[in-house]
Amino acid sequence: MADEALFLLLHSEMVAGLYRAAEQGEGENGRCITKLENMGFRVGQGLIERFTKDTARFKDELDIMKFICKDFWTTVFKKQIDNLRTNHQGIYVLQDNKFRLLTQMSAGKQYLEHAPKYLAFTCGLIRGGLSNLGIKSIVTAEVSTMPACKFQVMIQKM
Amino acid sequence: MLHKTKQGLVHIENRRSISSITECSKCISCKGGREERRELWRREGENTVTERRICCSRKKRYKQAIKYFKRYTSNMSRPPGRKQDNHKIDWHLPTISSSASAHHMSRELFVLTYGALVAQLCKDYEKDEDVNTCLDRMGYGIGVRLIEDFLARSAVKKCRSYSETAEMIAQVAFKMYLGVTPSVSCTSATGDEFSLILDKNPLVDFVEELPAERASLCYCNLLCGVIRGALEMVHLAAEVTFLQDKLKGDAVTEIGIIFLRKTEDKKHKRNK
Repeated sequence: MADEALFLLLHSEMVAGLYRAAEQGEGENGRCITKLENMGFRVGQGLIERFTKDTARFKDELDIMKFICKDFWTTVFKKQIDNLRTNHQGIYVLQDNKFRLLTQMSAGKQYLEHAPKYLAFTCGLIRGGLSNLGIKSIVTAEVSTMPACKFQVMIQKM
Repeated sequence: MLHKTKQGLVHIENRRSISSITECSKCISCKGGREERRELWRREGENTVTERRICCSRKKRYKQAIKYFKRYTSNMSRPPGRKQDNHKIDWHLPTISSSASAHHMSRELFVLTYGALVAQLCKDYEKDEDVNTCLDRMGYGIGVRLIEDFLARSAVKKCRSYSETAEMIAQVAFKMYLGVTPSVSCTSATGDEFSLILDKNPLVDFVEELPAERASLCYCNLLCGVIRGALEMVHLAAEVTFLQDKLKGDAVTEIGIIFLRKTEDKKHKRNK
């Protein structure tokens, strides 16, 4: 769909714009990732609300994670998560072997140091989606070889 | 090598390949009944009978395998993630609501992301003009890349006039990316200035109203930047601004495009 290109471009411009503003300003680099994550959080909340408007209640946590892996990911990135692992004690690892936001950047180790910037928004997206489904979590991401990446979700028991 | 049959374990002396077994006429179990087989067993010795029996049963298994294989592959081709299917993951997910078609959702993703971006910029900058400039610059960056995507997808021919360009932007580009078709009107006698009138702006779908302290914020300034960037990449310098904005209380949203005369100057230089 043509909208995909729009979102990809907007996302990369967002990252570039925020970092440019940070460079010109005081030079607080850590804040940019937080800002991106918060933006993703807000977007994730809104998206999951509209997406699950008419769906039935989820049975348990694992059901919700599977929903995120399958339907949510398909809607946002046009593909499913390739691998979901869990230790059944609140830690889930979502592995995407061809992450849409990184495929255009490189296919290997080049630009590896810039990859975390482009994953922050998606981490926030997952966290926001889970938060509106009633799960408090912390989401981190790691990349070893582009474009594969892993998102680690740590559920926080309230 | 021992092979298991109904009558128990038997030896396979000569292992023939499946392809070499073409006819079953030698096989006893095809020709006769059980009695015959047993007699042959006793008479001709173990080795001969074994070979023949194995011949027929192997061929039967081979035929069965072919049938199974054909039935198996005649279904829809399996997706590459077949390994996961073998592990029998029971998804049992609730069905997706009919309102959540992928097409609408990706646009909503874009609109929500844009809203979050504007909100963040408002937090970062105090002045509206700064936010507007930032949005315009981002839009410019998007536009210079989007034009390639647009040309690749639409494969349109070269526009011969400014009005054709404006029509192209309104009827093809807007339709392709935002799903709306603004109406084009020429606002100057010279044919340089056009205005696109949007009665439905998808970018403001989730905006209730602008906050009071942000009265001069151009919420959709990104669009201006996108158009400007895209036109510049096809060597048309233009000035794109918002003339009317529904969020600020006007009746419709109006984008004004003024084509500048840069290309003409370049032509003169070449002639010289």
